[in-house]
Amino acid sequence: MISQEPLLQVKNLTKLYAPEKGCEAIDFELYPGEVLGIVGESGSGKSTLLNCLSGRLIPTAGEICYRNRDNQWLNLYALSEFERRRLLRTEWGMVHQHARDGLRMGVSAGANIGERLMAVGERHYGDIRARGLQWMQDVELDIHRIDDKPTTYSGGMQQRLQIARNLVTHPRLVFMDEPTGGLDVSVQARLLDLLRNLVTHLDLAVVIVTHDLAVARLLAERLVVMRHGHIVESGLTDQVLDDPQQPYTQLLVSSVLTP
Amino acid sequence: MNAATIRDGYNFAYLDEQTKRMIRRALLKAIAIPGYQVPFGGREMPMPYGWGTGGIQLTAAVIGQDDVLKVIDQGADDTTNAVSIRTFFKDLTGVKTTEKTREATLIQTRHRIPEVPLQADQILIYQVPIPEPLRFIEPSEVETRKMHALEDYGVMHVKLYEDIARYGSIATTYAYPVRVNGRYIMDPSPIPKFDNPKMDRIPALQLFGAGREKRIYAVPPYTEVLSLDFLDHPFEIQRWDETCAICGSDHSFLDEVIMDDQGTRSYICSDTDYCSQRVQQEAVA
Ligand SMILES: Nc1ncnc2c1ncn2[C@@H]1O[C@H](COP(=O)(O)OP(=O)(O)OP(=O)(O)O)[C@@H](O)[C@H]1O
Ligand SMILES: [Mg+2]
Ligand SMILES: [Zn+2]
Repeated sequence: MISQEPLLQVKNLTKLYAPEKGCEAIDFELYPGEVLGIVGESGSGKSTLLNCLSGRLIPTAGEICYRNRDNQWLNLYALSEFERRRLLRTEWGMVHQHARDGLRMGVSAGANIGERLMAVGERHYGDIRARGLQWMQDVELDIHRIDDKPTTYSGGMQQRLQIARNLVTHPRLVFMDEPTGGLDVSVQARLLDLLRNLVTHLDLAVVIVTHDLAVARLLAERLVVMRHGHIVESGLTDQVLDDPQQPYTQLLVSSVLTP
Repeated sequence: MNAATIRDGYNFAYLDEQTKRMIRRALLKAIAIPGYQVPFGGREMPMPYGWGTGGIQLTAAVIGQDDVLKVIDQGADDTTNAVSIRTFFKDLTGVKTTEKTREATLIQTRHRIPEVPLQADQILIYQVPIPEPLRFIEPSEVETRKMHALEDYGVMHVKLYEDIARYGSIATTYAYPVRVNGRYIMDPSPIPKFDNPKMDRIPALQLFGAGREKRIYAVPPYTEVLSLDFLDHPFEIQRWDETCAICGSDHSFLDEVIMDDQGTRSYICSDTDYCSQRVQQEAVA
């Protein structure tokens, strides 16, 4: 399955707010179409790492290299902010835990989905709307609600809308921070199911942060386990969860198994 | 300087020379970067902000003794606002004033562009209440400046999209956003969109002053000014089925007015000078 060149290379990435607060000396590679889970307890540095990876937080050391559609390697933080923002809204996507961080709550669902298209120069209203409707269908939202604002949507619907808003420009790499956090269990299950289908069909590479190991098992092929800002263990998901090598991972896994 | 015509104890055009130089420097920068908002150390003027102190400061900074000044408000030379500003400059500069668009070298305006095409030796100075076209979606000044710098303008079309989704067409009729010289998105001030095409590649210089927010921007002569739109919902100006009740014009911007005690409604040119010129020509012919 994974035989090509990596899509993302992370080398010695560091962003510390204080000793062990943040992330430090992070190395890993991500391959096209691969789903990588980042797990670890609260405060272990997962979001800090994800924000650095997704171009939102300037690291203090290390680099992140991304191979773009034209097969060029880009050093993320050597790009101008102009180029970085462009990458963020074309080849990348970001699904936030809180919909209000990822959606424009004051404009309709259709406008939310269309924004990235308009930002990259799409100027045909009818096309933008048609693609909005298509994506509403693809994420199983009621197309009759395309002109409603996200404030009238439930939590699960808002997450679907965030996903549609990101996928409309066909990104190759999507970052997700606890995308199912705070949702009811049944809503969560349906959303995970949808995410799994989309990832497979669109051949998306995903970096997903979660502290829910069940979510990690369902979506991620590979896991990195973080503690105090460091990666303490990494490997195939089943290996890490079923046969953890590090004492910390063993604790983490067992705390899930014994509620 | 013709001191006799200036009110005692005041500098020519009210502002001191150093302030004028500061404003002119900001103006030069604004002209060099069409549509870009230049911050300037705006001064208090002896009138409330609502009267357009931004425009008044620009006029004060560029006016010379040989200028001929016209002041309009909503197209009219005879509103309280227009009369007061004209009197102010007459008192403090002694320059000639006019109501005729063709005679003026400086035209200070609020809410309209004259119907008569402007010429190369004319400067149009707009009074601007809110200079930032991105403000509706982004309250932070730091972020809007960044959006301009990075040409991050997707949200402008989001606004137009919302109009069409809700009303079936672009409902924005005033302060309709434009793109200047293919680069900066600019708020043309609350002129009707009817006037937007008059900004595009004209020989006159256009200056914009926002007093409260202390911003200056400009459109140099012959600069492209395009109204934002969609391919399948192209920009359109307002049109009327009626003609002007006074001069019969079928192509100028019309205001609806009540003509008599019975409440009879009628339409007349908002540009009062344009309307009376047409009536005069009619009489001569
Ligand atoms: N802006 C900041 N300023 C100072 N410290 C911060 C900042 N952001 C995060 N931290 C600290 O860095 C550490 C890692 O935070 P981070 O948000 O990355 O953890 P996390 O693994 O995502 O946790 P959670 O599961 O609770 O979301 C924490 O101790 C946090 O308090
Ligand atoms: Mg977090
Ligand atoms: Zn008329």
